[in-house]
Amino acid sequence: MGDLDAFRAETREWLEENCPESMRLPMKSEDEAVWGGRDAVYANPDSKAWLDRMGAQGWTTPTWPAEYGGGGLSKEEARVLAEELRRIQARPALTSFGISMLGPVLLEYGTEEQKQEHIPKIVRGEIRWCQGYSEPGSGSDLASLQTKAELDGDEYLVNGSKIWTSYADQADWIFCLVRTERDASKHDGISFLLFDMALPGVTISPIKLISGSSPFCQTFFTDVRVPAQNLIGKRGGGWTIAKALLQHERSMIAGMGSGIGSGGGRARSMPDIAKDYVGRDGGSDGDRIGDPTIRDRVAQQELDALCFALTTRRSLDSAKAGQGPGHGASMFKLYGTELNKRRCELMMSILGADALGWEGEGFNDYELATTRQWLRSKGNSIEGGTSEVQLNVIAKRVLGLPD
Amino acid sequence: MALVLTDEQELLKDTAREFVQERSPVTRLRALRDEQDETGFGRDLWKEMGELGWTGILLPEEVGGSDLGYAELGVLLEELGRTLVPEPFLSTVVLGAGAISLAGSDAQKAALLPGIASGERVMALALQERGRFAPYDVSTKAEATGSGFRVTGEKRFVLDGHVADDLLVVARTSGSAGERDGLTLFLVDPASDSVRVTRTIMVDSRNAARVQLDGVEIDAAQVVGQVDRAADVLDPLLDRATIALSAELFGTLSEAYERTLEYLKTREQFGVKIGTFQALKHRAANLFCEVELCKSIVMEALRAIDEGRPNVAQLASAAKARVSDTAALVGCDAAQIFAGIGMTDEEEIGFFLKRARAAEITFGDAATRPTTGTASRRSPATERSPTPGPRERRLRRPRRESAAAGRVPG
Repeated sequence: MGDLDAFRAETREWLEENCPESMRLPMKSEDEAVWGGRDAVYANPDSKAWLDRMGAQGWTTPTWPAEYGGGGLSKEEARVLAEELRRIQARPALTSFGISMLGPVLLEYGTEEQKQEHIPKIVRGEIRWCQGYSEPGSGSDLASLQTKAELDGDEYLVNGSKIWTSYADQADWIFCLVRTERDASKHDGISFLLFDMALPGVTISPIKLISGSSPFCQTFFTDVRVPAQNLIGKRGGGWTIAKALLQHERSMIAGMGSGIGSGGGRARSMPDIAKDYVGRDGGSDGDRIGDPTIRDRVAQQELDALCFALTTRRSLDSAKAGQGPGHGASMFKLYGTELNKRRCELMMSILGADALGWEGEGFNDYELATTRQWLRSKGNSIEGGTSEVQLNVIAKRVLGLPD
Repeated sequence: MALVLTDEQELLKDTAREFVQERSPVTRLRALRDEQDETGFGRDLWKEMGELGWTGILLPEEVGGSDLGYAELGVLLEELGRTLVPEPFLSTVVLGAGAISLAGSDAQKAALLPGIASGERVMALALQERGRFAPYDVSTKAEATGSGFRVTGEKRFVLDGHVADDLLVVARTSGSAGERDGLTLFLVDPASDSVRVTRTIMVDSRNAARVQLDGVEIDAAQVVGQVDRAADVLDPLLDRATIALSAELFGTLSEAYERTLEYLKTREQFGVKIGTFQALKHRAANLFCEVELCKSIVMEALRAIDEGRPNVAQLASAAKARVSDTAALVGCDAAQIFAGIGMTDEEEIGFFLKRARAAEITFGDAATRPTTGTASRRSPATERSPTPGPRERRLRRPRRESAAAGRVPG
């Protein structure tokens, strides 16, 4: 305990010196999130300083090995760091698919050279990654993907198209599922390939969503020449890596919108927002939400969120106590995204017509963001495997129900 | 405290599971029901639970207790809930011993607690007068006399009332029904004149009674805690009992869920196991998530009592609401999946459906336990602060006896 207390004191002191004041305030919009990359744009110069300092410490990836630039912290130390970051309400220094998705599988399946090349740049936010998984004809049935990579000398020739590629238009590199074995069965023909999006033959077309934003793109590959050493793991063994990565992706999506891992100041609670918009009842309990129907629905929503947060904690406690891997990511992905959709629907009810603004005058930032989040949340239970796919995974892998 | 069982708690769980499956499988409850057994439980088994240290699990060693906490009580209740054990645990161990521990005089503690710890005494709380649970909705009157009080009124749904050696009666010494102030807790001998206890036959085959108090004379020494201030005892007591009952109900719904899952893997229609159908797979996977969420809130609430946290009242409501909703969901889906077979009295799943609904309603279900903005009624518990930290294992191993083993779930 003594060592951990000392670590906490050092951490607190370091954060006090190095976390700029503006990085301890809530983000006004998603635009302020820092994704890094070659063409990174910083809405606030403090964001860059905060990323550079955290990256140099390896604290953007606290538990990754120090030899690749990670923090090299134990789980206990990482927990202390997270607590100290939360204490000062620090924003995340870096939001990155490299951290939340690619890094963990690269550490597990990559060669020494591959790790040395890619991991430090992920830690410092120098390269921004995107994910090439879904295709126009391969959504829930991901393993039916058709993008081809044919070996030609010491290069792969990549042809095909990916869709729902998040932020492909801003990414530097892609981790991509490609079909390398023409005659192998569906799952055995897939390989996991990394390549630079600046290579000739890559074109990107953003897709405008119902929320008005364009976080997703369709990407097209025409005779893209990728060095053969960029293939991760075994040739034809990409499906195993793809599934491992999906576990990380699902955990990340599960935390979206529930406050877990979002950081950056303390958002106002749903009951407080409801009291502002719906009013308070004037009874002896004076401070309650005025409308009893909304009050009950908020209570139910808060209860669901509490139970979900406790289950996340219990899963971590179980893992810490060495009692197996917990429940797998599917339950968290399923419940977390459905919970967030319900939260967004309820928030729309609470705001009433104030939630109907699209842009411009007459609505405040919070109201406009609520509208966009409501629309965006519909995708949560689709991306990374639909809720129905998660139910199938739970039924098969966790409950052992027959096929 | 981490939301994970310690090695000691795991051991207690295994011991309890083995004991109840051997000594009180669901077939036992069925037999007690079918034979119209007069007590509806077993004094012998109760005594054995005393010897194991279970009935005194929360009581200090001075009175023969095991001095463990609610986390351990929850482990035990979950297992009792799995086979629908009808022994008077909630009424005696949680409510009876709990009230005396919270507010009893030294003389009352000395008179009652050792008998509870040894599994010889049964107590019951006579509070409720109407169907819908509202703890201050008490009309039963206690008028001051020269040497004490004269109590008149009628109590219903008194859990284990017809087998209780002592009744704890909540009566109104001032004010009117619905008011928090003016309630007083009395120890009443059910054998005294002017007390009439009538057993009521309940849907879940568990024990409850109607208690009529027709001007029963009670000595001032039989008051538990302060006159007019019973709510100060009832609030923390009912919070704890609500959490304890949530733990028991969690055991019941978990067993029903697991039996349903097992049925999906064995029942065949259209030449295949019905668990191959996606419509049923998705029902099962949804139930899995809900059951996991329940488990977390129950564990958290139990630990909050042990740690003396200020949010026990909120967590009691949250846990009971959550577990009640999930029990109803599991009940509905189990009935649907067991289908025609589940409608028969011969299949045990119906016992779970009935018990779960009764436990949901006891102390209020989700519809009666709002969780936002209503936490104003509470006052701090009057008990000594709980002792944190690891405890020694003071529970004893059960005697091994052969008995007809009940159905063992997969």
